[in-house]
Amino acid sequence: MIARSLTDKGRYWILILPALAIMLTFYIWPLVEIFGISFSEPRPGFDNYASMFDSRPIRTSFVITFRVAAITTIWCLVLGYIVSYAIYNTKPKYVGLMIALVLLPFWLSVLIRSFAWIVLLGRSGVVNDSLGAIGLIDKPLPLMHNEFGVILSMVHVMLPFAILPIMANMKGINPSYVDAARGLGASELRAFVSVYFPQTLPGVLSAALLVFVLSLGFYITPALLGGGRVLMISEYITYQIQELLNWGVGTSLSVALLLATAAVILAAGRFVNLRRTFLERG
Amino acid sequence: MTTAGRLEPVLSVRGAKKHYGEVRALDGVDLDIGEGEFLTLLGPSGSGKTTLLMAIAGFTSLDAGAFRLRGEDITDLPPDRRSFGMVFQGYALFPNMTVAGNISFPLKLRKWSKAEIDARVRECLELVQMESYADRMPNQLSGGQQQRVALARALSFKPSILLLDEPLSALDKKLRADLQWELKDLHRQLAVTFIYVTHDQDEALSMSDRIVILDHGQIQQIGLPDQLYNQPDTRFVADFLGKSNFLEAKVCERLGGALDCESGGERFNVTGESSSYNGADRVLLALRPERIRIGAQGTERFHGVVRQTSYLGERCHLILDHPGFGGVLVSAPTWRMTVRPEVGGEVSFGWDDDACVVLAEDQ
Ligand SMILES: Nc1ncnc2c1ncn2[C@@H]1O[C@H](COP(=O)(O)OP(=O)(O)O)[C@@H](O)[C@H]1O
Ligand SMILES: [Mg+2]
Repeated sequence: MIARSLTDKGRYWILILPALAIMLTFYIWPLVEIFGISFSEPRPGFDNYASMFDSRPIRTSFVITFRVAAITTIWCLVLGYIVSYAIYNTKPKYVGLMIALVLLPFWLSVLIRSFAWIVLLGRSGVVNDSLGAIGLIDKPLPLMHNEFGVILSMVHVMLPFAILPIMANMKGINPSYVDAARGLGASELRAFVSVYFPQTLPGVLSAALLVFVLSLGFYITPALLGGGRVLMISEYITYQIQELLNWGVGTSLSVALLLATAAVILAAGRFVNLRRTFLERG
Repeated sequence: MTTAGRLEPVLSVRGAKKHYGEVRALDGVDLDIGEGEFLTLLGPSGSGKTTLLMAIAGFTSLDAGAFRLRGEDITDLPPDRRSFGMVFQGYALFPNMTVAGNISFPLKLRKWSKAEIDARVRECLELVQMESYADRMPNQLSGGQQQRVALARALSFKPSILLLDEPLSALDKKLRADLQWELKDLHRQLAVTFIYVTHDQDEALSMSDRIVILDHGQIQQIGLPDQLYNQPDTRFVADFLGKSNFLEAKVCERLGGALDCESGGERFNVTGESSSYNGADRVLLALRPERIRIGAQGTERFHGVVRQTSYLGERCHLILDHPGFGGVLVSAPTWRMTVRPEVGGEVSFGWDDDACVVLAEDQ
């Protein structure tokens, strides 16, 4: 009886109310708090933001963060493109299997995958031990606790986020375009460069944005594989708040990261269809 | 096979075979295509038309067989080295290039100079009456306009053979009719060999110099449009190209050039190409609905009851019930109808001796 007396709009609001409440209490409210703390701890004013520009460690951490995110993005695009291309150019009966393999990592926690990399890359990890055993190296290679290890494992985690938008894009490309180019006299390479690749650019840009933005705020993998030596900004924030109880610095850095990410997204919005990138992934 | 001898073959297909698992897309196709000819591959959906065209273009490799272009073996040549123009079923205009960009693409690949390219692009756009659309993107064009641009692109580098895969099938009926005229006109102007795929018999009949009828990956019959229509070899051809009534008949005796046949309890003469048959042979006859005359009771030889009528403007279709023949389809020009047939009414009907065609034994 009650349901019948409600308008469509009323029913709609009842349905999304719980989700809205959760968002407001656990997401928006803390965010406002963080914003407030960054201007009031240890004393009211802009001190935290002013000192951000003076502090060498903070600047270094921002540089590392952007560098690692950029390199990760480039590798993810290159590898993701190759994988997606392979998926749509193999026998149709393998496509399902290959997509399943791409999605498989989502079923494993990032934590477990990061520890797996530690097992592989450590000083006496699988890789160093095997190389030593067959006499290729005398002393262990420095494979982790440096940017190499961080980027390697981050590429691993981020790869599906690159593959999915590129794949969705490639799926929509009719193979007759490449045939047409070939028929008009283009070599395989030329047909790819002039006709196929330009049509996959939207997917590539979406993938770039997605991976870059996710990488900027990534915490677990850089913290574990970096071993404190590759201090990306999220780890720096955690350190300030958890170890030093330096809420003012921690929250102002959070706000800065948030703004930097927003700036990247807005800048990318000129080239990428944001709605499709973040809301309608295939 | 009649006109192939007249013309020097530009392209020869020999023993072309292509199987997809159990499906025989091409099952031993032999074909000679004459220089400057408008040849149509006609057949129902799944008969192997696209497969044959794609194999000629080089996109599909044959399991067995060979292609020769003016005597030179091109079977293993990649598509970019064959230099055939091709118009795809969905046009396949490059969405990332303008109309002019699409048309100049093959010319840039052939390293033409900028001036030559500009002149040729303009020329091709004029050819298809799209001069003012050079800077549009393909998605800003209607279906018919895209079709014209695809045609201009395929012709821009002056190929000697143009391959077209159902180029008009996505367009509405009226536009299709207009473009049929234009395509035919273009063919006459350019003296390019056209190999044209369609499943539309009217299109095939109206445009082609010669028609190849395909079914199950095999050629059923090759011939001039009127030849195929008037002298179909098999029941399949007679049924696929236009409509036909089929009568099983027994040859009673041979009377010079004619056969005296008996079917459904009626006797009538069949003249025409029936030389190899003699008395007591069983034959299958095809009879076109428009060859049957109808008239008021008593004016023609046979009598039937009207089962169904269908008024189509210029023509009227009737199904008559005859005790021996069963249902007989008649297509009569409305203006010449001397009777107004009513369902359930009796009419008389008949045909000339040369109206029936004796079909070859079907497989
Ligand atoms: N790539 C392919 N894989 C499997 N079967 C195919 C393929 N291409 C065509 N076929 C089959 O071959 C037959 C002929 O196809 P096609 O040449 O496209 O017919 P048409 O163009 O006359 O409609 C059809 O039965 C079709 O299903
Ligand atoms: Mg087809």
